Amino acid sequence: MSKKAECPECAADVSLPDDVMEGEIVQCAECGVELEVISLDPPELDLAPEEEEDWGE
Amino acid sequence: MKIAMLLSRVRVEEKLLLQAFEKQNLQVDIVDDRDVIFDLHQDGWKRYDVVVERCINHSRALYALRILNDWGIPTVNHYEVALICGNKLETTSALIRDGIPTPGCKIAFTPESALEAIEQMGYPVVLKPAIGSWGRLLSKVNDREAAEAILEHKQILGTYNHSIFYIQEYIDKPARDIRSFVVGGETVAAIYRYSDHWITNTARGGRATNCPVTPEIDELSSRSAKAVGGGVVAVDILETQDGRLLINEVNYTMEFRNSIDTTGVNIPDVVVNYVTKVGRREV
Repeated sequence: MSKKAECPECAADVSLPDDVMEGEIVQCAECGVELEVISLDPPELDLAPEEEEDWGE
Repeated sequence: MKIAMLLSRVRVEEKLLLQAFEKQNLQVDIVDDRDVIFDLHQDGWKRYDVVVERCINHSRALYALRILNDWGIPTVNHYEVALICGNKLETTSALIRDGIPTPGCKIAFTPESALEAIEQMGYPVVLKPAIGSWGRLLSKVNDREAAEAILEHKQILGTYNHSIFYIQEYIDKPARDIRSFVVGGETVAAIYRYSDHWITNTARGGRATNCPVTPEIDELSSRSAKAVGGGVVAVDILETQDGRLLINEVNYTMEFRNSIDTTGVNIPDVVVNYVTKVGRREV
């Protein structure tokens, strides 16, 4: 069964990929917010950091 | 081989790179730049043969690379590459120094001299922050009224960095630009980035398709990479109406998620091979 965690924004169940990693960025399918996986066991999500001015590639 | 990856968040690119390392049975220590503390008097990173920098913040990347390189630790990319590529003024100056074709570019330090430079260049022009990415805060300035307004906004609302005015000739390109990927001096793949908007960044919704690496793209890309110090970079190329290629920018923490299936080139594998060569001090 795939891992799930609760979206801290809208409380929806967010499905996580099988090979999910700590620090990975996922998107909530319900509310569209970007989330960071902050722990794996149990799976826990927090809002991903907001984009800053010097972000980029 | 001991490898560390310095990152801010595990995006698709970082995950693909980590999987590519794993495929080669190479273990990578992940270091989150939000937790890192560098004691400049104590090199705690000597155990690493190579550090892969994948920070999302330019400033964090730049200073971490400076410290690691001063400690003698090989990094991908090197500090100088981040310094030059992270700043459009530095990039353009390095490209022009090496005789690489680029759009017209003027630099000014006050709104008054910037307005004069824009008028000399003729409308439209593109105003870009020297430091910035993903097509953010780019302005296509079509007339004097817009120029005056944007220059005033930049001076009053921006930090000092926004008063370093980088003014670029507007290139009336087809509804696309080219991005090539250069790893260790070799042009490994290229994509077209299509968009109806004049800003074609895929971060802004641009669509990617394969672009054959012609000898001209290959030569310009590898020369551009060399001009900024080599390593692993992505080169943004503009096509003019009369068929010339101009180098627009070079990126040093390249994003490639849209370019693997598109080009058929396993970019993460190529990058990992290069990183291991750097770790073995073969390059």
